[in-house]
Amino acid sequence: MARVTQLNVNGSTLAVDADANASLLDVLRDQLDLTGSKYGCGEGQCGACTVLINGSPRRSCITSVGAVRERKITTIEGLAKGERLHPVQQSFLDQAAMQCAYCTSGMIMTAVSLLNANPSPTEAEIWHFMEGNICRCGTHPRIVAAVRSAARALKESQPSGSAGHE
Amino acid sequence: MSDDRVVEPLDLEILLEPERYELSAGPTYHFEVDRREFFKFMGAGILIVCALKGAQGQESGSGKRRSGEELPRDIGGWLHIGENCTVTVYTGKVEVGQNIRTSLSQAVAEELFVSVDKIQIVMGDTQLTPFDMGTFGSRTTPTMSPQLRKAASAAREMLIGLAASQWKVDRRRLVAADGKIADPESKRSVEYGALIKGQQLTQTIAAGDALLPATQWKVQGQSAGKVDGRDFVTGKHRYPIDHKLPGMRYGKILRPAAFEATLASIDTHEAEQIPGVTVVRDGNFVGVAAPSAEIASRAVAAIRAEWKAEPQPSNKELFEYLKKTATEGEDPTGDESRYEVGSVEKALAASDHRLQQAYTVAYIAHAPLEPRAALAQWAGDNLTVWTGTQRPFGVRSELAEAFRIPEERVRVLMPDTGSGYGGKHTGEAAIEAARLARAANRPVKLVWTREEEFTWAYFRPAGVIEVTGGVDGDGAIAAWEFHNYNSGSAGIRTYYDVRNQRIEFHAARSPLRQGSYRALAATANHFARETFMDELAHLVNMDPLEFRMKNLKNERLRAVFEAAAKKFSWGGTKAAGHGFGMGGGFEKLGNVATCAEVAVDQTSGDVRVVRVVTAFECGAIVNPDNLRNQIEGSNIMGLGGALFEAIEFESGRVLNGRFSSYRVPRFSDVPVLETVLLDRKDIPSAGAGECPMVGLAPAIGNAIFNATGVRLRSLPMVPNGLKAG
Repeated sequence: MARVTQLNVNGSTLAVDADANASLLDVLRDQLDLTGSKYGCGEGQCGACTVLINGSPRRSCITSVGAVRERKITTIEGLAKGERLHPVQQSFLDQAAMQCAYCTSGMIMTAVSLLNANPSPTEAEIWHFMEGNICRCGTHPRIVAAVRSAARALKESQPSGSAGHE
Repeated sequence: MSDDRVVEPLDLEILLEPERYELSAGPTYHFEVDRREFFKFMGAGILIVCALKGAQGQESGSGKRRSGEELPRDIGGWLHIGENCTVTVYTGKVEVGQNIRTSLSQAVAEELFVSVDKIQIVMGDTQLTPFDMGTFGSRTTPTMSPQLRKAASAAREMLIGLAASQWKVDRRRLVAADGKIADPESKRSVEYGALIKGQQLTQTIAAGDALLPATQWKVQGQSAGKVDGRDFVTGKHRYPIDHKLPGMRYGKILRPAAFEATLASIDTHEAEQIPGVTVVRDGNFVGVAAPSAEIASRAVAAIRAEWKAEPQPSNKELFEYLKKTATEGEDPTGDESRYEVGSVEKALAASDHRLQQAYTVAYIAHAPLEPRAALAQWAGDNLTVWTGTQRPFGVRSELAEAFRIPEERVRVLMPDTGSGYGGKHTGEAAIEAARLARAANRPVKLVWTREEEFTWAYFRPAGVIEVTGGVDGDGAIAAWEFHNYNSGSAGIRTYYDVRNQRIEFHAARSPLRQGSYRALAATANHFARETFMDELAHLVNMDPLEFRMKNLKNERLRAVFEAAAKKFSWGGTKAAGHGFGMGGGFEKLGNVATCAEVAVDQTSGDVRVVRVVTAFECGAIVNPDNLRNQIEGSNIMGLGGALFEAIEFESGRVLNGRFSSYRVPRFSDVPVLETVLLDRKDIPSAGAGECPMVGLAPAIGNAIFNATGVRLRSLPMVPNGLKAG
């Protein structure tokens, strides 16, 4: 079986050594020590492991590293620019959109991908887009409020062009 | 009315007792620490030790003579202020998302006159924190918070004393503010740390003295964001699942084919040939340690095992099984298993209306998003384990027992964890990881899969509840008989004023491993009681709110019912196909009333909860926004158990142990949530993680009845929609 020896993660090319069938989540967490992406179900049902692949949300637990070796991978660790949080991260803090926060990185990555594709989502579009992510603590209305306020913040900071980086 | 005896008031102490399913605590402990050791570790400073009097579960069992250097054994918490002004608080409580780290920081900041960000709280580390039975039962706010506040105020007074003697002034003219002691007359001020100057000062205080009243709070009573919140939105926080050690191996367990199955035969030869793999077989325990998670999985798959299992009941025959195996309402623990006042038989016979109904609740899973995980490391005979548990000291005890080593050789650390909801009281993963680590002679991390968490953790107890009531023509309840089979005794007593009552809990043989759960039996007991109340109201043709008020004297409960009804516009108009319902009650020192609006699609039978109004009162509010967060979360989590969550099982196997087959609430299930907070500054603060949940299921069920005339008496109510609609 072919090996994967490098991945493009958060703007850097990083050395790994994994079977092409290995799950991206395991490689991120165990080999690259990027533990912000979480295991929650292993079947793509909960969204805790969500990362961006070329800007689109993917469940890293059911994504093989072989399938993304040529792609740009963004994890929760790659969102902030230095000390400055991504507006979605800041909104989650401002709206207290978490309790145990185990789902938070997946929620944030999903929200970032939504706002990348649709900078002005309607209320209904936000609720619908987040459906695949599970929060067991029940902070859903706060998460939606955070996405809403992040959309506003992004629009204010970038009146034209793309929302946020990949 | 057949009896004029006064109804016994509910005893608050009893109501804060841990539920029977939470009493899996190990033996009691004594706690000893040498103050010299402590300062060696912490550096110079002020150490305030909060001693407990008659502390629960913390009896001193040792007859050992105590030296003058030893601190008291029964300690609630301690607090250290270092020369660098760092305030470090130590508590055995743990953070599982209830944001108690934040609330406790607020409590300490309040009394110590420092900002919240100056406070570090070390939680749930069995080596550094005082013994604590566990984080459950909504006890942290009413019991731990006052102790830490007391410790903080003692530290403040000690600092004022130090400044007074340094300046040779009357201490009464000095004030504490912003981490400094100031003398308003001479305009001098000095930072806390500067007052300490290399000294090692210790003071032991007793819990329970007067504290700053809630009316004078400045930090508490205000919303505060999650402390360390930034670490959670950047992925930096290390949950138990994220911990690592150099040279670590990955563990994986071969699970039996069924509950309580035993090994008939096993062949591990092939697995042992895989490079780097250690296979462990110890009785019915079979597991591997491997250089990667992937190799560990491959190794377990290579093991050939045959299991022998006894026949076991399925969820289809569950309720008959529980009734069949139930006891007669006598329970040796003698807590709330039986309560009787007046004569139910006489009162029933004299009642104008009589009703008898049975209710059931299914087993449900906690499904914390972070499954059980542990990292174990041996150094000689000393064991250290990082794991997510609500009872680090209980897990320490389990480990000591499993490996036949003294508890002093075991250290359990609990990093802030990806939730528990009462589901992480036990140390399965910790023991498994430690067993593998001992064999592999390296640290081992074990992370349970979602299927393992659904199958090999424990469940919220299922139960059957039978209620009989008699009502007089004017709507006064004359007789009340209530039997709970297996689901538990929390919230079993009624807060309605009924002169003739018989209330019994009946233990039964549970086909599944069962244990604590957020609000636990209070959810089942409130579901039965508050649904029955709705049924009685219907029987006597009274409005459900009016009927409750007719039978309710408790002012705090009346206040929440009135507040919820007002916000909800109870009695207002509703759309076609919609229904209104209410439920409420008293649990863990909190009072809740919930009104729900449902929409039922008559063709498809689809039931949607569209709006929920919750009025809640738990004494003086510590952190209003976090309180709202807990109430919203209780309602959303509660939707699952109310509407569709149920564990299906057969022949010792769970049939729906994945998120694709066990439905939990998602965004599309969430109704509009409105919360009314009643702030009672005259009443000590109570916890809020559990109580807000208990009114939801009956409110929804009563609303479904209101919309359709269909009465649902089983939780979950509509796992497949409303077929009878």
